[in-house]
Amino acid sequence: MEFYAVFMPLFGFLLAFLFGKNMGDKGAQLVTCSGVIISAVLSCILFVEVIYGGGHGHHGAMGDPRTITLMNWITSGTMQVDWALRVDQLTVVMMCVVSVVSSCVHVYSVGYMSHDKCKARFMSYLSLFTFAMLMLVTSDNLVQLFFGWEGVGVASYLLIGFWNHKESANAASVKAFLVNRVGDFGLALGIFAAFFVFGTVQFDALFDAVKSAPDTMMNFIGYELHALTVICLLLFMGAMGKSAQLGLHTWLPDAMEGPTPVSALIHAATMVTAGVFLVARFSPVFEYAPIALMVVTIVGALTAFVAATIGMTQFDIKRVIAYSTMSQLGYMFFALGVSAYGAAIFHLMTHAFFKALLFLGAGSVIHAMSDEQDMRKMGGVWKKIPATYVLMWIGSLALAGIPFFAGYYSKDIILEAAFADHTWFGEFAFWMGIAAALMTAFYSARLLFMTFHGKPRASKKVMDHVHESPPIMLTPLMILSVGAVFAGYIFYEGFVGHHQFWDKSLLVLPENDTVEAAYHVPYWVKKLPIVMGALGLLLGALLYGKFIGLPEKFTKVFAPFHKLFFNKWWFDELYHHAFVRPALFFGDVFTKSDKKVIDGFGPDGVAKTSQKFGGLLSRFQTGYVFQYALVMIIGLIALVTWMFVKITLGFEFGQEG
Amino acid sequence: MMIDFSILSILTFLPLLGVLFILLVRGNDELVALNSKRVALYTSLFNFALSLVLLVRFDPAQADFQFVEKHTWFSAFDIAYHMGVDGISLFFILLSTFLVPVCIIASWNSIKTRVREYMIAFLVLETFMIGTFCALDAVLFYIFFEGVLIPMFIIIGVWGGARRVYSAYKFFLYTLLGSVLMLVGLLVLMFQTGTSDIPTLMQNPVVGTLQMWLFVAFFASFAVKMPMWPVHTWLPDAHVEAPTAGSVILAGVLLKMGGYGFLRFSLPMFPLATEFFAPVIFWLSVIAIIYTSLVALRQSDMKKLIAYSSVAHMGFVTLGIFTATTQGIEGGIFQMISHGIISAALFLCVGVVYDRLHTREIARYGGLVKNMPKYATVFMILMLGSVGLPGTSGFVGEFLTLMGAFQVDTVVAVFATTGVVLGAAYMLMLYRRMFFGGKLPKDAEAMKDLNAREHLVLVPLVLMVLWLGIAPGFVMERVAPSVEKLIGQYEAGLMAGGKKNG
Repeated sequence: MEFYAVFMPLFGFLLAFLFGKNMGDKGAQLVTCSGVIISAVLSCILFVEVIYGGGHGHHGAMGDPRTITLMNWITSGTMQVDWALRVDQLTVVMMCVVSVVSSCVHVYSVGYMSHDKCKARFMSYLSLFTFAMLMLVTSDNLVQLFFGWEGVGVASYLLIGFWNHKESANAASVKAFLVNRVGDFGLALGIFAAFFVFGTVQFDALFDAVKSAPDTMMNFIGYELHALTVICLLLFMGAMGKSAQLGLHTWLPDAMEGPTPVSALIHAATMVTAGVFLVARFSPVFEYAPIALMVVTIVGALTAFVAATIGMTQFDIKRVIAYSTMSQLGYMFFALGVSAYGAAIFHLMTHAFFKALLFLGAGSVIHAMSDEQDMRKMGGVWKKIPATYVLMWIGSLALAGIPFFAGYYSKDIILEAAFADHTWFGEFAFWMGIAAALMTAFYSARLLFMTFHGKPRASKKVMDHVHESPPIMLTPLMILSVGAVFAGYIFYEGFVGHHQFWDKSLLVLPENDTVEAAYHVPYWVKKLPIVMGALGLLLGALLYGKFIGLPEKFTKVFAPFHKLFFNKWWFDELYHHAFVRPALFFGDVFTKSDKKVIDGFGPDGVAKTSQKFGGLLSRFQTGYVFQYALVMIIGLIALVTWMFVKITLGFEFGQEG
Repeated sequence: MMIDFSILSILTFLPLLGVLFILLVRGNDELVALNSKRVALYTSLFNFALSLVLLVRFDPAQADFQFVEKHTWFSAFDIAYHMGVDGISLFFILLSTFLVPVCIIASWNSIKTRVREYMIAFLVLETFMIGTFCALDAVLFYIFFEGVLIPMFIIIGVWGGARRVYSAYKFFLYTLLGSVLMLVGLLVLMFQTGTSDIPTLMQNPVVGTLQMWLFVAFFASFAVKMPMWPVHTWLPDAHVEAPTAGSVILAGVLLKMGGYGFLRFSLPMFPLATEFFAPVIFWLSVIAIIYTSLVALRQSDMKKLIAYSSVAHMGFVTLGIFTATTQGIEGGIFQMISHGIISAALFLCVGVVYDRLHTREIARYGGLVKNMPKYATVFMILMLGSVGLPGTSGFVGEFLTLMGAFQVDTVVAVFATTGVVLGAAYMLMLYRRMFFGGKLPKDAEAMKDLNAREHLVLVPLVLMVLWLGIAPGFVMERVAPSVEKLIGQYEAGLMAGGKKNG
C-alpha cells in the first residue's frame, strides 16, 4: 500500500508523458487524476492506520510506523543509501496534505487548462511533482530526501516555465531553480557534514548517534565548531531556499508566472513547506542545537514581517497571495525555532487548505476576468461569480485567523508558543507575528474589496464575459474550503493538544516544550491575535470598501515606507549587483584570460617565438595534421629503438630499494 | 585463468581486423563508402557484444586483475605483453566499445568525404583506447596511451571545421609536453625498479624524493589529458573543430584516460608525492570547477559551452581521486563513466541541430521545444544529468566526490560545491536559449524532430543516464573491491614511506 501511495503519481506521469499523444487529452487527464486520487485515498488510509490504529508500543502492530526498503541505491564504503519508504506520524500527515491538495489541483486543472494546447504535458508534470514530493516526505535518509527535494525543484522549474513562449516565465523558472540551488548548496554540505561527523545519512541511525553524542565538535572551514549547530544551519540553508525564507525568497513571487494551479499546489500548499518538514523531521538534531533554533526563529520572524509589508502594497492578485504564503511560512519557521514542531506542522496543514483555496479561487477570478491579474483592473464582480466570492471569503478569513476557521487554531498556538518560549528571540518572533497578523488581515480585506467590490474597473468587453467557473473547478474548491473551515477544529487535539499523536516522529526536549507552556500564557496573549485579525480586516474593509481615496493619501504620507515595501525591499536589485553581474563579469574575464594569458604564454606564445626563430614548430603550424601524427609515430619508434640499443649494449637497469 | 581464450587481446585487436577488411573493400566510391561503414559498424558491434561477455564473466567480488594475459616481450628488460582488467578499468572498456558503434551510426550520413579513412581512424582509435585500459605493462600502456592521439589528430585535422589546423596544433603541443615528460618519467621508473610491470610497481612504490619527480612527470601527461586547469585550453578548440563523433569520443573516452592514469600510476606508485601534492590538486580542481563554469556561462557556441562544462566536471574527478577516500575515488570513477555518457550524448545532440542548420551559434536557435519536442525531452534529461540532478547518473559521481572532499578539507568542499549552482546556471541558460522563447528564427522553426537514426543513438544513452542514476549499484559493486585494494596499497605506501595517514 505504501508503495502504491507513493508511486501511482509516477505511473500517471509516465503514461501521460510518454503516451499523451496516443491516449489524447482526456486519457492523459484520466490517468494522472486517477493516479493521484488513488494515492490520496491510500494516504488517508495510512493516516488513519498509523495515527489511530497504532499498536501503542507493541512492536509490529499493523498501525505502527514502519520503513519499507525498496532497493539499494548508493553504496560507497561505509555510506549506504536505500530507496525506502518511511511511514511514521509526521510522514502520513505530509502524505495526506500533499496527495489531497494535489488531487484537488489535478481535477481543477482539467477545467482551468481547458483552453491550453499541451494538457497532457501539464498534467504529467503535476503528477511528477506529486511523486517527487511524496518521495521527499517518505524518505528515510538524507540522500533520498535530497532526491525528492531536487525533484520537486525540477517539477517546479518545468511548471513555472510551462508557458515557455513568455520570456518572463522562462526567466522566472531559471531564477527559481538557481535560487533553490543556492539553498541546496547548503543542504548538500549539511549532508556531507552529517556523514562526516556521524558516519551515516540514515535518519534513525543519525538521530541515535546525535542523541548519544550531542556535544561533538567538528572542524569546519578552519574553525572548531559545535557539529550539530553546523549541520543544522547548513540544512536550514536548504530549507530557506525551498521555503522562500528571507534572503532566499526572491524566486517565489516570480514563480507566479506559472499557471495558477501550479502556484496553488507547488508554491503555496506543498513544495514550499518542504523546508518546514525538513526541520521538523530533524527535530531530534535541532533540539540539541539551540543556536540553530535561535537562527531559525529570527529568520522566520523576519520573513513573516517583511513579506507581510510587501504583501500590503502589491497589485497583482497572485503576488499578494504569494507574499502571504511567504509570510505564513515565516510563522511556521519561528514555530519550529521555539520547538513548537507540532504547531508548525499544524499550520502547514491548515495553511495548505486555505492557501490552495485562495490560489485556486484567485485562478477562478483570473479565469473569469479573461486572464487579468491586476487588481486595479478588477472590482464589482461579486454578483457575477458568487460561489468564487464566498469561497475566497472563507479562505481569507482562515488566513486572517478569525475564530473557528482553520487558520485561527494554528496561528494562535504558534504565537502563544513563541511567547511561552521566554527567550528574547521568542518574544521578538511573537511581536513580529502579531504585527504580521494585523497586516495579513489587512491585505486579505484589501484583496477581497479590490477584487470583488466597488465599481467595475475592467473594460466592458471583459465584464460582459465574466462568468462563474464550471463545476469541475468549483468542486475542488469546495473540498478545500471544508478543510479551511474544519481542519483546525478537528485536528487541534492531535497536533497540538494534550493527546498528541506524534510519538517518536518529533522530538521535543522537556525543557523546550513550548506547546505545553502555551496553555499557560496570559489572557491578553491568547486574545491579541484575534483582535489584530479583526482590526486588520476592519481597516482593510474601510480603506478599500468605504473611503476609497484614503489609501492613495496614506501612500503619499508614508512614501519612504511604501517605496521600500512596494519595491520588495530591493532584494532583487541587491542580488543582481552582488551576484549576477559579478558572475557574468568574471565569466568574460576568464574567457579572455583563456585566450590571452594561458594561450598567450602557452601554445600561441610558443608558436610565435618559434616562428621568430624560424624553428621547426612554425612549419607545423602551417603544415598538415598528418605531420603531427607522424611526429608521434617517430617518437614511439624512437622509444622502441632506444630500448633495442640498450639491449644490444647489454645495459642493465640499476636497481634500488 | 578463468577462460580459455584471450578475450582482452581479441577485444583490443579485433578492430584492426576490421581495418584490414575495410582496406580490402573494392568498387566505386559510393560502394566503398557504404561497405566501409558496414564493416566498421559490424566490427564495433561485435566488439561491443564481446565486451558484454567480458562484463558477464567478470567476477565482481575480485579486487585483483582478471583475464590476465602475460607474454614475454623484451625479456632483458622485463617488458611484457601484459593485459588484464580490474573494477577500475572494466567500465572504461565498456564505455569505449559502447561509444564507438554509436559514433559510427552518428556519422553515417554526416561524413561524406574519405569515408573509408574515417572508419579506419575510428577502428584504430578503438584499438588504442581499449589497449590503454587493458595494458598492465607501463611500456605497453604508454604505446596505447599515446597512440590514441594519432587517429584523434587525423579525425580533427581531416574531417574538422575551419580552424582545424590551429586546434590540432594546440592539441599536439599540449600533449607533446605531457608525453615527453611522461616518457622521461617512465624511463627513470624503469631504471630504478628494473621492471615495467604495473602490478609489481603498484606493490612496490619507488622510494625517496624520486617519487616527487616521477609524480610530476606523470602528472604533466595526465593533467593535460584530463584536462586540468590551466592546461585545458586545447579542449574547447579541439571540440569546436572536431566532427560530432570526434567530440563524442574525445569527451566520452579520451578525457578519462588522464583520470585512469592517476588511479593506475600516481596513487599506488607515488603515494607520498600524491599526499604531498594533493592540496595543490584540490585547488586546481576547485579553480577548474569555478573558473570554467563562469567561462561556460559566457559562451555563444554550444560546443564550446559543453567543452568548458567538461573541464568543470573533470574538476570533480581530480578532486575526488586525490582525496584518496573511498567515496572520493569511487565518486571520481563514477563521475568519469557518467560524464562519458552524458557529454557524449550532449555532443550528439549538438550534432543533431548542426546537421540541420550548420551552425553552433546558440543565438541562431530558439523555441525548439515547439517543433522538436522529442529532441527537447532528450536534451532536458541530459541537461538534468549534467547539472547532477539526483536520479540521474550525474548526481552520484558529483555527490560522492564532494562527500569525499568534505572529509579531507571542508574549505575545498565548500568552494567545490558552489559548482552545483554554477553548473545549473550555464546549462539552464543554454537550454532556455535553445528551446524556449516566443520569437524564433524561421529556419530553426522549420527543423524536423529526431529521426529514427538519431533515436537509435540517443535513446540508449538517455536510458543509461537514468539507469545509472537510479541503480548505480551495478557499477559500484564492481568498482568497489578494486578501489578498496587501491586505497590499501596507497596507505601501505604512505606507511612504508614513514608517513602515517589516519
